Amino acid sequence: MSTHTAASPVAAPPPPEPAPAEPNYLNVSYSIWSWLTTTDHKRIGILYLVSISVFFVVGGLAAGLVRLNLLTPTGAIMTEDAYNRTFTAHGVLMLFFFLIPAVPGVFGNFLIPMMIGAKDLAFPKLNLASWYVFMLGAMLAVWAVLAGGIDTGWTLYPPYSSRASTSNVIPGVMGVFIAGFSSIMTGLNIMVTIHKMRAPGMTWGRLPLFCWAMYATSLIQLLGTPVLAITLVLLMVERAAGVGIFDPAIGGDPLLFQHLFWFYSHPAVYIMIVPGMGVISECLTCFSRKNVFGYKAIAWSSMGIAVVGFLLWAHHMFVAGISFYSALLFSFLSMLVAVPSAIKVFNWTGTLYRGSISFQAPMLFSLGFVVLFTIGGLTGLLLATIGTDIHLHDTYFVVAHFHFVMVGGMVLGYFAALHFWWPKMTGRMYSDWWSRIASVVIIVGFFFTFIPQFIMGYHGLPRRYPNYPAEFQYLHVMSTAGSSILGIGYLIPAVYLTLSLFYGKKATGNPWSATGLEWQTPSPPTTFNFDYNPIVVCGPYEYAIGVDQLGRGLPKPPGTEDGTTPPSPDSPLNKETKVVG
Amino acid sequence: MSASTHSSVLKHHFDNLEQQHSAERLGMWMFLATEVLFFAGLFGAYTIYRIWFPEAFEVGSSFLNWKFATFNTFLLVTSSLTMTLAIRAARLGNQKALLWNLIITAILGTAFMVVKGFEYAEDFHESIVPGSLFGGHIKQDSIDRGIDTGKVQLFLVFYYVMTGIHGIHLIIGIGCVLWLVQQAYTAQIPPENYSTVEVVSLYWHLVDAIWLFIMPLLYLAGAGLKSVH
Repeated sequence: MSTHTAASPVAAPPPPEPAPAEPNYLNVSYSIWSWLTTTDHKRIGILYLVSISVFFVVGGLAAGLVRLNLLTPTGAIMTEDAYNRTFTAHGVLMLFFFLIPAVPGVFGNFLIPMMIGAKDLAFPKLNLASWYVFMLGAMLAVWAVLAGGIDTGWTLYPPYSSRASTSNVIPGVMGVFIAGFSSIMTGLNIMVTIHKMRAPGMTWGRLPLFCWAMYATSLIQLLGTPVLAITLVLLMVERAAGVGIFDPAIGGDPLLFQHLFWFYSHPAVYIMIVPGMGVISECLTCFSRKNVFGYKAIAWSSMGIAVVGFLLWAHHMFVAGISFYSALLFSFLSMLVAVPSAIKVFNWTGTLYRGSISFQAPMLFSLGFVVLFTIGGLTGLLLATIGTDIHLHDTYFVVAHFHFVMVGGMVLGYFAALHFWWPKMTGRMYSDWWSRIASVVIIVGFFFTFIPQFIMGYHGLPRRYPNYPAEFQYLHVMSTAGSSILGIGYLIPAVYLTLSLFYGKKATGNPWSATGLEWQTPSPPTTFNFDYNPIVVCGPYEYAIGVDQLGRGLPKPPGTEDGTTPPSPDSPLNKETKVVG
Repeated sequence: MSASTHSSVLKHHFDNLEQQHSAERLGMWMFLATEVLFFAGLFGAYTIYRIWFPEAFEVGSSFLNWKFATFNTFLLVTSSLTMTLAIRAARLGNQKALLWNLIITAILGTAFMVVKGFEYAEDFHESIVPGSLFGGHIKQDSIDRGIDTGKVQLFLVFYYVMTGIHGIHLIIGIGCVLWLVQQAYTAQIPPENYSTVEVVSLYWHLVDAIWLFIMPLLYLAGAGLKSVH
């Protein structure tokens, strides 16, 4: 590993290179028991990774069934009732057991202590408890959706959910309620860790943008989740006791449920997307070899989204019978939250501008994120406008909009994170060529799946119905075909990432030549992350002068002339990168 | 690494005790923020319905037993005092006072729950229960006043949910205090680890403070109501 710029004084001894015999957090012990009782934040991150991957597969299979059923106008494979239960299963599993814990549970846990130079999160036992609580909630919910299912949609509106539905509402709601505590525990742990555990020199202004994004996310988790918890308690009481405060028969107001539900569930979409934005800020900067453009603007816009995001929940209720004046206010506030999001996109573009861009898989996923998130965000404005929302409300346009943000944005962000930090987490490099192919397949499949849904929704096709007029069939077929491509796109990484664990090249400590503290450790890191007390002397993205946060020179980035790890030098794509780099 | 003398207290991932204590305190304060939002949903819903149906809430409230509630308030406020004295004892290293203050705190909290149990029994006996069991004097009185009995039941849902959730919080609090009792009994709370007691006390005080809001909202809302009989 050569250092080509050594302008700054050496602030700490160089990190040891990984050797086979070197102890790390993975090989320190092998028993199942050592994993189930670990308090190491990295191992807990892996536990989350394995479990949410399972829920992603189950939720994805449910989505596949929904798409298959929509192949014909009268439902191709299942009854109306089964269809309701399937799309509810997809929604509940994907939202509560994949998207919400995905980045905070896996990468928040794994990376936050490493990025700020700490040995662990502030409360390691609480962290382990959060995983067990999560699994308990997930087991209940998965059992509820598989053994009979829930037919209310993930939004669980009463009085249908409290009186009419005969499905497994209480176990499912209980599962979501319990998993909420895990979300609170993770958020609390991360916030306290960022406040109290930063290494000397790691000022708030030197915090990596991923940490800022996770801080904003944790704030929402901390303040939003309890409101959902009490709402779900009230719903369960009403269903179990037959009497409750949302029951119109005794003067209760079902709209109050919607208000309380969306008070959490709208900010929850920022729990899902803001961590992805943090990931993107890291990847775009690293693979542009440029200092990030507008550090403060990106950091503060995360906080802006967290705060403003709490004030616009009722835009989900424009046609539910809220007053015209409150709709006006919520419409205005919904447009306001587009401002910090747009600030981010502007700054990402500014970061890319005139950068030395190379197209490794994390970068491809990140670029996909920026494009798809922007489309998702701009179509959101049509839904925030009261007039157009009355036309588009509860149509496929809404479905396409939030899938552009949640899948096009967040799932790509998650994949970017997975590919960016995979060498750090496992110590192995995955196939460069296959990972690029996978990113392209996923993005293409995604477009084919959801662009037709924009068109159907614009023409007024309502969501959640198993039947539709025959004139929409070609669009539904196109969407289902796209989702098959998307499914294949998800399978490819499952294969090459698994293979990389056994056959992948050994990763160096800093394979991407990135600046963050987490890269200044061996791959995989040791149990306590740092063998020395790191002292931070630089901002997080000093790519222009080529020094990491410890003030030492960076290794050559991959793909350059004497790059340290071009993973497969004979691949055709790699040659292109050489030209670009 | 400054883990020299306090190695039994200082956890491995903290640099020093000051950092550890301030992290523990901050964590608990953030959890209290979560708790406040949890109850805020309930209080918000209560506020809306009370503005909509003030008479029904007054009638419902007038049937609750304020004597039990007042006695319980006295128990809880006293327990907060002994809890605070326990922090002082822990800080001074007075193990005996620490142990006794914790035990008294747990007893007072348990006494609250016992009184609450008697109150629930009385409520059920008099059919002050929403749903199919609703009946007796409270139903007759509502009808006499020309008030929709459904809305009185709505008040009673709040009564049971608010006191029930508060009770669950208190039981968890008692559990934490009993854990502290065990820790203190086995001399695992040296003065430099007093923050353990402080963190539990923060939670205990919050549960106490929430009761100070619940008590007037539920029991005193109908205090000015004149009898129709």
